[in-house]
Amino acid sequence: MTLLAVERIKLFSTRAPVWCIATALVLTIGVTAGLTMLDHAGEGPTPSSTQTMYILGLTVIMVMATLSVTTEYRFGTMRATFQAVSSRSRALLAKATVLAIVAGLVGEVSSFGSWGVAKLIAHSPDTDIHTAAEWRQIAGMGLVYAIAAVLAVAVGALLRQSAAAVAILLVFPLLVEQLVEIIPRVGDRLHDWMPFVAASQFASTADRGLPYGPWGGLAYFAAIAAALLVAALAVVEKRDA
Amino acid sequence: MIEAIGLTKRYGRTVAVRDLSFTVRPGRVTGFLGPNGAGKSTTMRMILGLDRPTEGRVLIDGRPYHELRHPMRTVGALLDAKWVHPNRSARNHLRWLARASQLPRARVDEVLAQVGLTTVADKRAGTFSLGMSQRLGIAAALLGDPQVLLFDEPVNGLDPEGILWIRRIMQGLAAEGRTVLVSSHLLSEMAQTAEDLIVIGRGQLISQGTVDAFVNGATETTVLVRSPQAERLVEVLTQWGMSVRITDDDALVISGGSSDQIGEMAATHGVVLHELSPQQGSLEEAFMRLTGHAVEYQSDEVTVS
Repeated sequence: MTLLAVERIKLFSTRAPVWCIATALVLTIGVTAGLTMLDHAGEGPTPSSTQTMYILGLTVIMVMATLSVTTEYRFGTMRATFQAVSSRSRALLAKATVLAIVAGLVGEVSSFGSWGVAKLIAHSPDTDIHTAAEWRQIAGMGLVYAIAAVLAVAVGALLRQSAAAVAILLVFPLLVEQLVEIIPRVGDRLHDWMPFVAASQFASTADRGLPYGPWGGLAYFAAIAAALLVAALAVVEKRDA
Repeated sequence: MIEAIGLTKRYGRTVAVRDLSFTVRPGRVTGFLGPNGAGKSTTMRMILGLDRPTEGRVLIDGRPYHELRHPMRTVGALLDAKWVHPNRSARNHLRWLARASQLPRARVDEVLAQVGLTTVADKRAGTFSLGMSQRLGIAAALLGDPQVLLFDEPVNGLDPEGILWIRRIMQGLAAEGRTVLVSSHLLSEMAQTAEDLIVIGRGQLISQGTVDAFVNGATETTVLVRSPQAERLVEVLTQWGMSVRITDDDALVISGGSSDQIGEMAATHGVVLHELSPQQGSLEEAFMRLTGHAVEYQSDEVTVS
């Protein structure tokens, strides 16, 4: 508990994370609201269609999570942390936990906020949540955000450099995972097993012909994040701070 | 007490620290001296468990750093005053450190007052001058009321007032029975602050002992003599096995004899002396003599033909 409090103090005693959280929420909910207003002529939005912008907030939160590690390396406070806490693994696990909790809460506010704002604007019965899949998609968004935050913390700890870590976290989900499909023969199958493709299976209700269901996708995404975290812990323990 | 036993640190093919063993005793300020690049900072990082030694180990009160339960309550360190997030206030910086060591929040205000930062405690650390950053670093080192303290080049870039302040703090801590290790490449500073000295060059131990022993042992004591009958005096002195060097302004620098002996000999042989003064070797001289061959980045002598 002590280490969680330490990481909480560190996270909220600078302004950047607060701005990131605000940006994530305003972007996701704002764009959803904008799209709902523009779509006024057509049918009302479904619960699922209010969630398509989740990747915006998710990206911002991943940037926040990875910066929470890389800025500590940049300013030397990681060394101060390792001086104060003799177990490096416990310090990094505490950081990953705090960021997962914060990201999870942001994910929940963002998904219910997007749905709520769409419902307010559209006034349509189509927007009501009816199915279990819709509940899973909206209420489960926090899990996707939390896992993504752990993955971003791991990437930050492995690379230690803000620019490199942010570049990878932006380019990989937004470009690399899509471009993989171009590869002849194996591209399609490779694309199915990209971590953020798997996460999006959980964060939508559409059937996209993937070899796993929503919970399978989430589990796979979590396994990738866990593997990266284990690698990060091993590297952080071994190398000079 | 800090004990280093056979400490070695290699980065690829470069050896930063080689088989370094020393002991830092409590109750006195121990200077850790060496030219830039001698391996002082690397050694300090190894003491704190930040860098892993390639070989050897360091014990703090008999235990390695990573076995200390609340390390900052045993060892306080100021390695780099810039290891602070520039957008975090001084108070918040100390708050998370205090929390990590399970120290009460009131302790933060105590150390802030002790280093004189109370009025700027809520300002962002990035706006601090070097002197203020240094004070914040010392506040962090003192936070856990540790028995062992490490300071890496603490007076670098400080004004005379700041230097005096830090010197008093370190001597005060040692007087309370704590172990204080302070590194510097400035001998004059060490001569005024430290009682014990550990001298390293190129990552190797050159000497360990008291400052006085270091100066006496490493410097040659000579006697400066001026005399209108210099030639006659040189004759006499060389007969007694002393060596004489004649300076540019015709003074004699004599080694191998005390000023008493030289004075008596001059009287016996009726030589008039205008000046007879023993020359105490400075700490700088001693240091240069010992580390001259151990300077990592020596400038090549330029010869013009």
